[in-house]
Amino acid sequence: MTPRLLHPGAWWIWAVALAACALRTTNPVLLCLIIAVAGWVVVSRRADVPWSRSFASFLRLGLIVIAVRLVFQILFGVRVPGTTLFSIPEVTLPGWAAGVSIGGPVTIESLMAALYQGLRLAAVLACFGAATSLCSPYRMLRALPSVLYEAGVAVTVAFTFAPQAIVASRQVREARRLRGRADRGVRAWSASALPVLEGALDRAVALAASMDSRGYGRRGETPVMVRRRSVGLVLVGLVALAVGSYGLLDPGSPALFRIPALVLGIAALIGALLSGGATNSRTRYRPDPWVAPEWSVSIAGIVALLSFVVVGRMGDALTPSTNPLEVPAVPVIAVLGLVIAMLPAWLAPTPPSLLSATSPMAVAA
Amino acid sequence: MIKFEHVTITYPDASVPTLTDVSFEVPEGELCLVVGVTGSGKSTLLQAVNGLVPRFSGGVLAGSVVIDGRRTSDYPPRDLAEVVGVVGQDPAAGFVTDYVEDELAYAMENLGVDPSVMRRRVEDILDLLGLHELRDRPLSSLSGGQQQRVAIGSVLTAGPRVLVLDEPTSALDPAAAEEVLAALTRLVHDLGITVLIAEHRLERVVQYADRIVMVPGNGESVVVGTPAEIFGESPVAPPVVELGRLAGWSPLPLSVRDARRVAGPLREQLSTIETDVFSRPVRSLGDVIATTSNLQAAYGPVTALRGIDLEFRSGEVIALMGRNGAGKSTLLNHLVGLREPASGAIKVMGAEPHRLSARDVVRVAGLVPQDSGVLLYHDTVAAECAASDRDAGLVHGTTQAVLQRIVPGVQSTTHPRDLSEGQRLGLALSIVLASEPPLLLLDEPTRGLDYGAKQRLVEVLAQLAADGHAVVIATHDVEVVAAVADRCIVLAEGEVVADGPARDVVVHSPVFAPQVAKVFAPLPLLTVHEVELALAAASERSS
Repeated sequence: MTPRLLHPGAWWIWAVALAACALRTTNPVLLCLIIAVAGWVVVSRRADVPWSRSFASFLRLGLIVIAVRLVFQILFGVRVPGTTLFSIPEVTLPGWAAGVSIGGPVTIESLMAALYQGLRLAAVLACFGAATSLCSPYRMLRALPSVLYEAGVAVTVAFTFAPQAIVASRQVREARRLRGRADRGVRAWSASALPVLEGALDRAVALAASMDSRGYGRRGETPVMVRRRSVGLVLVGLVALAVGSYGLLDPGSPALFRIPALVLGIAALIGALLSGGATNSRTRYRPDPWVAPEWSVSIAGIVALLSFVVVGRMGDALTPSTNPLEVPAVPVIAVLGLVIAMLPAWLAPTPPSLLSATSPMAVAA
Repeated sequence: MIKFEHVTITYPDASVPTLTDVSFEVPEGELCLVVGVTGSGKSTLLQAVNGLVPRFSGGVLAGSVVIDGRRTSDYPPRDLAEVVGVVGQDPAAGFVTDYVEDELAYAMENLGVDPSVMRRRVEDILDLLGLHELRDRPLSSLSGGQQQRVAIGSVLTAGPRVLVLDEPTSALDPAAAEEVLAALTRLVHDLGITVLIAEHRLERVVQYADRIVMVPGNGESVVVGTPAEIFGESPVAPPVVELGRLAGWSPLPLSVRDARRVAGPLREQLSTIETDVFSRPVRSLGDVIATTSNLQAAYGPVTALRGIDLEFRSGEVIALMGRNGAGKSTLLNHLVGLREPASGAIKVMGAEPHRLSARDVVRVAGLVPQDSGVLLYHDTVAAECAASDRDAGLVHGTTQAVLQRIVPGVQSTTHPRDLSEGQRLGLALSIVLASEPPLLLLDEPTRGLDYGAKQRLVEVLAQLAADGHAVVIATHDVEVVAAVADRCIVLAEGEVVADGPARDVVVHSPVFAPQVAKVFAPLPLLTVHEVELALAAASERSS
């Protein structure tokens, strides 16, 4: 296969499907498998650009999330009966704060439940990290439908802030070392938070200025009314899409928030495309092709998601009980689904290497 | 083409306007140079051309800026993209894509250029700027100079009638700078594009300029005129103009060619003067401070350094020169322990820098990075100094004392961001110097400095060497090398290709020779100051 970059949309479909798998389960075995699958694909198929090294940062963030979740459980968590590991002093709160408890006995059941939930969030973060490492935010930005350009600077900043923060943090760490400050450890991390955020925001705004002065988001001679209408439709569409996808991912939400919301969102976006998109005269230089590898990568993700849906229908293997605590069962179908989700490590084309002579944008004809 | 009418720009929270009542006009097809001391508002003026100031910076713009008949108050920058292309000071900050070709095509995609036209224009620009070999490379793997050329190319592809460039050659080695400037003059002469350019390294651009806009700063009004008019009395002038003033030539020469054609008699007169009359007394060298032996470094598959064997002694100022991407910054990063050598060894004061803790490494080696601002992140100068003392475990006030010595008169309540470029560099240098590292490294310290600030830096560096530091500067600025360096190391493709006394290395190099050396070759004169000394000796001899 000619080395080239996969269409960013394919990576995002794959990663979002994998994240949806993670959201449907609290089974620690499956969650660890999801993180492993994401990691393996990233290691095999990332390109040689700065963002591709951000996966480790997302894993670290996941660890922090798990730790925070555990600490919260110990301090404020709902007191679950069971095997008490240790007790911390209980604070009696006044009547109006009923339902909130501070301190008390800490049971292994409550800790395991918290650990599973933290792990689920960490797995979602790993999937997001995989998407960022596998295709740069810039490429995603370029692949977005033109109606979203109305959001202009906000979209740019939103898409590039996290990766810029990772680049900025590397720079701040080096600068700390040059000043003779500790460049590792908790104190170094907390002290560099502000410069990192400041630096990342500065970079994101500078980028937005550069994009704007090179014509990003221009609409030509669009009448104000048309412009307003398409902005309104985009907003409605995005909110409906967000609600709908959340509804799909969270099995407990009302039926109205699932398919109907999704349909409404897509309809609104198509409406925006039709009303405003016709006047947008953007063209593409070597458009990213959507051919066999793109199909197989996105299908691999969707198959994994389907396997999780099937397992969820069949029993409760996806949500192992923590009270009473039991060894989580490993559903074979879900594992098979994850094996398929790992296939992109071979199905996707290798990214062009720094020294290769072929063009990265060349279409695999 | 570009018309400023009574423009006054005031940033939010600023008590005085950055620019006051600026009026001038640049006709079509001119190359117009904006000069002024650092912090005088040149960047603000440039960014006002397409409305980035005040739309992205905040603040108030009174008066009007009209470009190709469009007022910037009526058009956002995006609708001016095919009229004016703007290249900022830090090219990497403006990159929108990851690969060279995509970056070049980006503006055309936004403008809706037909794909077949895009392909052709991308090829044209690749050739015009000598980028064709880099077309597939990730932007992050390019050196600073290559990035600068891609940034220029990325706005050129939109086919603008006006180009605005903020210090386009400050990060480039002399040869790459020549390439960029040659491309710019070609655009002006063949295509009639109007170019507005700000640059501190006047020696590089003055000869190409049709018109000069002088921004004096401090709210004084701008002066516009031809180069000869402006440099009659301007405080900032390139060496060749200063030489012309010294020798009393009229009209003032603006290029090496002009000067060399009238310099014959002077050359004759000075030909019998011995080198030691005008050269600096040789500094006595002290102990070996740092050594590298067979040092190798690699970034992924790219080899950055191939077997470097060097020795740095106390009391010398060493200039590290070479093409963009030759490995200068990599070598400095290794010497200060930011990177671990792939193979080979580095010893700084007997220790391997990458194995030392942050607190110990600053006592043996200090690096002022290319963008010295990254070292600063406190609210006031005083807080920076106090933090520096705390970090390095020094007596309170040490850094402040160093700062007073290097840049006297910096207000301790000022925000580091509000300091001038030169003062900020001075502050970063003081922080690094406070723990008295025997090995002092500076990466491109003269970037963004005007002649006055450079002169002060040169004096500081000479003093530091006299105090027993080994001072290494990685720089493209041949004039600074001529003024301060004792020894010059030239790197190419990660190897040392020349290492010797600065005068021997630079005088006969067509690329690294300073202007004065080119005018007087084969005489080994490097700076205007040396010519002055030689002239004095010659007149003494004849009387």
